[in-house]
Amino acid sequence: MSRTLHIDWTKCDGRGLCTELLPGLLGRDDWGYPVARRGDRTDIAIGRDDADAADEAVKLCPRLALRVVGGSGGSGGRPAR
Amino acid sequence: MTFKETALPESTGWRAPFGTFRLFAAGTHAGFARHVDTFGPLDLDSVGPELISVLKASGLTGRGGAAFASWRKLAATAQSRSAGILAPRPVVIGNGAEGEPLSFKDKTLLAEAPHLVIDGLLAASRAVGGSQLYLYAGAASFPAVERAISERPAARGIRLVEAPDRFIAGEASAAVNAIATGSALPFDKRRRLSESGLKNRPTLVLNVETLAHIALIARYGAVWFRSVGSAVDPGTRLISVSGPGPDQVLEVAGNESLGEILYSSQIDAADVAAVLVGGYHGRWVKPHDYKLSVSGPASHAVRPGAGVFHVLPAGYCGLETTARIVDYLAGESARQCGPCMFGLPAMAGVLNRIAYRERDPRLVKELERLGKLVAGRGACHHPDGTIQLISSALDVFSDEIKAHLAGTCTTVNGRAA
Repeated sequence: MSRTLHIDWTKCDGRGLCTELLPGLLGRDDWGYPVARRGDRTDIAIGRDDADAADEAVKLCPRLALRVVGGSGGSGGRPAR
Repeated sequence: MTFKETALPESTGWRAPFGTFRLFAAGTHAGFARHVDTFGPLDLDSVGPELISVLKASGLTGRGGAAFASWRKLAATAQSRSAGILAPRPVVIGNGAEGEPLSFKDKTLLAEAPHLVIDGLLAASRAVGGSQLYLYAGAASFPAVERAISERPAARGIRLVEAPDRFIAGEASAAVNAIATGSALPFDKRRRLSESGLKNRPTLVLNVETLAHIALIARYGAVWFRSVGSAVDPGTRLISVSGPGPDQVLEVAGNESLGEILYSSQIDAADVAAVLVGGYHGRWVKPHDYKLSVSGPASHAVRPGAGVFHVLPAGYCGLETTARIVDYLAGESARQCGPCMFGLPAMAGVLNRIAYRERDPRLVKELERLGKLVAGRGACHHPDGTIQLISSALDVFSDEIKAHLAGTCTTVNGRAA
């Protein structure tokens, strides 16, 4: 299973650290919150080049709003709607 | 279909309801005696996991809005239960928190046929091996439900929890949160509720109308359920009809047409500007030949959602009406997720500028940009549902938009309904 970066929007405060660590993956919206540049915007696919930066973002997020899901990490994802 | 397939199992001498008149067949404020007399008894001891395959054959989809296949929810919950030796037993929640202002079919069902909902809750719990039962509903529904529970020893374990009168209170994770903490706010669903919901136990949240259908399917089977409706939209559904006339709840075939619903409601299609189907997270459509359906092309099918059917009379401005709804939805944000907390008021602001005829041709593009920016970003469906409503308004009221951007309105005096 490929790895995804999961954003818990209830915790995210738009500090922007993740967008600095993962500029290819995340932009910022009008209010400073991260926006995935492509694909799913809550469970964002992580390419091999971004794996280390994504783990770093999870560790450094001051709001603990990020998780890496799948691959060697956790389990499950977002339920289908 | 052969006669053999339509025959009821011999174990019941009761006649299953015929046609689309099912859920209210026991009459108004049905007590337990009349309920059993109408539908026949439900032998709970004979209900088990096999009900899940009957539900699969029935094709029942959730009646709370998302139209997810009900059997899948039960199967996932039952599976979580068997996932480990010490896996906790599931929690089953009947969701009657109808936060949607234009919806009143669940309140009506709980008032008129609480025993069907209780049957469904007890049967669903048997099917997944549940051990804790909750009914989550607005305070107004309590008296009828409490009276019904007091009539049946088997239902004594059902705990009633009050749902606040807020739009998002009925969202599944908000229901779980309300029961757990008293605060009806959605939470982040990194794990499915069927794996980890209330107190981290596998949790099954089903709309009360869904439960009432389960109560009948447990009695009469899948073939009976499918005897009305279509292959994709089998059975019946309740709809809340509102607009110029009196509010009413109709029980219609799963794939009923818009025209038929207007006719049943005694509304002349010529007097209709548009219909909002599915509620505040739904879609505006012109009164054309649409059918309610959980799937199908947008040109012919409109998703029933939670069964809301709101008629905008001719001569009223759909843009003003939608702007007012979006103002409300922005105010109903749980204010937990940034894109919703900031994005919805921003969209409401732009839509209001269009509704009040500001002559700025860039407004529509800005509204579309904001919609694209906010979409798919939130712990619940509230932003996405709001965006869906706005985009349907931009589509259906396109002539009105042209007029508004030119500083006029196509309606007589630009009134919101």
